[in-house]
Amino acid sequence: MMENKLIKNSSQNIAIWIISIIAIIPILLIVINAVKTAPEASSMNFDFPSTLQFNNFMTVIEKGKLVISFFNSFMYSGISSILCTLASAMAAYVLARNKTRFNRFLYLFIVMGIALPLNYFTLIDVMKWTNLINTRAGIIVIYMVTQIPFSVFILYGFMRGVPRELDEAALIDGCGPKRLFFSVIFPMLQPAAVTVLILSFLNTWNEFVLPLYYLNSADKWPMTLAVYNFFGQFEQSWNLVSADIILTIMPVVIIYLLGQRFIITGMTSGSVKG
Amino acid sequence: MTRRIYPFYFVAIVLCFYVVFAVVPSFMGIYLSFTDWNSYAEEINFIGLDNYKTIFSSDENYIHGINNTVIFTISTIVLKTVIGLLLAILVNSGIKLKSFHRVIIFMPAIIPMLVVGIIFKSILHPEYGLINEALRAIGLSQLTQHWLTDADWAFKSIIAVDVWKGAGYIMVILLAGLQAISHSYYEAADIDGASAWQKFRFITIPLLMPTLTVTTVLNLLYGLKVFETVFVLTNGGPGYETEVVYTQVFSQFTLGSYGVGTALITVLFVTMTVMGYFSIKLMSREESNE
Repeated sequence: MMENKLIKNSSQNIAIWIISIIAIIPILLIVINAVKTAPEASSMNFDFPSTLQFNNFMTVIEKGKLVISFFNSFMYSGISSILCTLASAMAAYVLARNKTRFNRFLYLFIVMGIALPLNYFTLIDVMKWTNLINTRAGIIVIYMVTQIPFSVFILYGFMRGVPRELDEAALIDGCGPKRLFFSVIFPMLQPAAVTVLILSFLNTWNEFVLPLYYLNSADKWPMTLAVYNFFGQFEQSWNLVSADIILTIMPVVIIYLLGQRFIITGMTSGSVKG
Repeated sequence: MTRRIYPFYFVAIVLCFYVVFAVVPSFMGIYLSFTDWNSYAEEINFIGLDNYKTIFSSDENYIHGINNTVIFTISTIVLKTVIGLLLAILVNSGIKLKSFHRVIIFMPAIIPMLVVGIIFKSILHPEYGLINEALRAIGLSQLTQHWLTDADWAFKSIIAVDVWKGAGYIMVILLAGLQAISHSYYEAADIDGASAWQKFRFITIPLLMPTLTVTTVLNLLYGLKVFETVFVLTNGGPGYETEVVYTQVFSQFTLGSYGVGTALITVLFVTMTVMGYFSIKLMSREESNE
């Protein structure tokens, strides 16, 4: 009996290690090949590099014009996710507190957006009317819109845990709605707001379809599109492509490792009620 | 009082942007899908159902794209759910370094699909790719394939890459669902002498049903919108073998034939709105049951 349990335990531990290795191998492959010379990396494998070529990163930054792309990505994701989090929190607060028939409908209407496919064709016309076509502001606005439905969904769910008595107390103290929201409610929403902020940052950082459709000038490209074009040009230089990939995923991986608690609660909230 | 502390303009900000940039284009799309809209001519003429006839005619390739999208969606739902559930049970079963493994297995989910695609183009390369090299190294060179250029394998490879990326995400959600199931059920079953399979079949699965509904909805919505995986790995090739709806939409966009493209998106729009509506109904019913 004891022995059986031991075998079961160790086979489970071995199985989970194999799965973890399968999950991490492609990433390790990139890391190891990013510091090889071009001939060494021509067949991407796990042979150790003879010398560590850290200047690959400098080459990539220069050839791939990554400084401007990094700045672009940072701006697109940063601004759109901050605005999205704030605006969604305001909406979620009112929709969750004042549950009229109409507001319930509005909530469903906005959350339905999770399923809605963007129409890239007609969106061009709307962007032309609003003078946003081929601009950085245009990308920021659309990124914000794509993240709104999920953000409202998470923040709305979290509002249930914020006691209603707070509103009444603040009202008696003579707070207006803005002051009530920003100094009482929003601080209470913080865990959910951080989750929403991180998730929308990651989603927009990883996105590349919208710039692919809309941005035709290279100096507005985000990291993802820059990598894609770099890959097209230097398909044979896997060492450089790997270095470029590392620079692209580095921010995402760092944010993930630091904020994984928030990411996992966010991704599982709404789906599981413990 | 409610009007004063819950002002409508708090909602209006989000609502305006959402309506202008997401809802209006979709409805404009429905109208324009009945026209010959394209990027060359200024004039737009009403042509009735012609674009839809083109999409659903057997001379064209669009049905193939729709079929592939459906196959992709169903197979990723099944594979990600089964693998995700097995992983969740494994991680939940008192292994060592539980949170370390969870962090690693979830990692592929946060890497951009574009990057995953580029990496797998190398891994699946017929000559120097990691998979074929490994097969040759262990003497199974007859199993090596042209994973992305052989018509029999290309779509399967796409599905496999997508499952590799997405299974960890599903695992994390199901794991949270498993952890929410009270231990007392299992203890009671132990006293009654239930086998591991019986416990799984009659406790875990029924109590995990709400979570499984959510993962299925997520996979469904994701699967119907698939684009990047196919675009980067094969771009619809070899030939038109692995085309899905969104790669066809993108081709129409680059070709400038907006009418057919917007009709394709409208087909998706209607499908997804109907499915989205029922999913939300389904989930909110389960919510109110609790």
